[in-house]
Amino acid sequence: MKLITAIIKPFKSDDVREALSEIGISGMTLTEVKGFGRQKGHTELYRGAEYVIDFLPKVKLEVAVQDSLADQVVEAICKAANTGQIGDGKIFVSNLEQTIRIRTGESGNDAL
Amino acid sequence: MHITKIIRNAPWVLTLLLPSVAFAQDGVDSGNTAWILTSTALVLFMTLPGLALFYGGLVRTKNVLSVLMQCFAIAVVISLLWIVVGYSIAFGPAESDWWGGLGKAMFNGVVVGSVSGNIPETVFASFQMTFAIITPALIVGAFVERIKFSAMLLFSVLWTLVVYFPVAHWVWGGGWLMDMGLIDFAGGTVVHVTAGVSALVFALVLGPRKGFLTAAMMPHNLTMSFTGAAMLWVGWFGFNAGSALAANGSAGMAMFVTHISAATGAFTWMVIEWIKFGKPSALGGITGMVAGLATITPASGAVGPAGALLVGTAGGVICYFATMTMKQKFKVDDSLDVFPVHGVGGIVGTFLAGILVSANLGIFSGNGLAEGATIGSQLGVQVIGILATGIFAASVTFVLIKLVGAITSGIRVPEDQEQAGLDITIHNEKGYSM
Repeated sequence: MKLITAIIKPFKSDDVREALSEIGISGMTLTEVKGFGRQKGHTELYRGAEYVIDFLPKVKLEVAVQDSLADQVVEAICKAANTGQIGDGKIFVSNLEQTIRIRTGESGNDAL
Repeated sequence: MHITKIIRNAPWVLTLLLPSVAFAQDGVDSGNTAWILTSTALVLFMTLPGLALFYGGLVRTKNVLSVLMQCFAIAVVISLLWIVVGYSIAFGPAESDWWGGLGKAMFNGVVVGSVSGNIPETVFASFQMTFAIITPALIVGAFVERIKFSAMLLFSVLWTLVVYFPVAHWVWGGGWLMDMGLIDFAGGTVVHVTAGVSALVFALVLGPRKGFLTAAMMPHNLTMSFTGAAMLWVGWFGFNAGSALAANGSAGMAMFVTHISAATGAFTWMVIEWIKFGKPSALGGITGMVAGLATITPASGAVGPAGALLVGTAGGVICYFATMTMKQKFKVDDSLDVFPVHGVGGIVGTFLAGILVSANLGIFSGNGLAEGATIGSQLGVQVIGILATGIFAASVTFVLIKLVGAITSGIRVPEDQEQAGLDITIHNEKGYSM
């Protein structure tokens, strides 16, 4: 199993959700986060007082999938979240040791 | 004999017997009275909640309640002070250039039938009270996020007692500036110059907030500030048009030019930001609006509609550059820009009133100079008015801050309290639980 964590632009979260539904992904977790990479931050100006905002609002999407689906998911996210502009985000793929569905106690791929 | 006397006094007896029957009081104009009653509500609305929300949104989340509470507490204590001595010092019966005396302390002799001009005296006094409330509340913007509540309250009471009430007498209550013919229709000097320069002195003595210009101190809720600012615009109709103390042409023109100047000030500020930074901001728009309103205040009984366009433009441009200069060049933490917006606006408006009052300026003509006055002589009076009220307010403020500091062992909260925020450390509550 793989845990796929994608940091994307907030306004792309609906597109990504739809793209993942289309390839049969039925569950995911979305968190509003802040961070920066190459895009850096931006400045805000209030009556002449300028503040540099390092952390930009992003959305973190987490999807746990069986190994065979991982590439498809990565591809779908890449396609849906791409704007071509700096700051589109990143995808991290990591191995997932175990998954358990709390209600039934099912585990492994059955729990996904 | 006894019966004859009662009959002769019949109307008086009738009042006693039928107190609920309404009839025209001697010398009272019901139309004027109705408008000043309305204006009183409008001007109180400017402070509560207008100014409180405007200021409250501009500070950080941890201090929002402290700012609302400062405006609220000022409204409370100044109302009490007004009843005890304020009204008398400002508008009392003493034939003095400097103060009204204590003849009307505790509203001595003011009864239901008392008349001021052609409105009930209670209405006049209530209307003026709302001005006395908002003026020290304006100063709050200079010391937010770091002042002790006790010091704030004591300073506000003493300042209103020693600065506001006498200056109101000088300009409106029959004092020396009124005698000189100073044009200050609704409080350019009495309200905005005094509050503005006092705010500047306060900010300088108190020092900046910890992290000023290095840490991010963005307004925590501009929606709240926008709401409050919009209330100020509406309330200002009562402030300026109510200052006619009548429902007449003067009030109508005052309301109209007030509106024009507010719109012009907002437009000007937005355009400058747009050109300079590529983006017009909401905060810039409402700040320009307040600048336009403060600037037209002294001139609102003097200028015409085209003159108001000039006043609003001047207010927008000059207050904008004053705000930038104070912050970026002088690095003064007059946190909510009371001096550059209100003080500078009041100065500019009081000065321009001396020019644009003239009836000989073509389309830019105003309501006309007083007999015998020229633009030059009027400008001399306006400058004296600005300097006298400004210097007086600044010096007394300095002394009062020192005095209050000695009484409350410092006017500033300890650093850990400033860090944690005044809401929790002073008021033991939070503005938001989300």
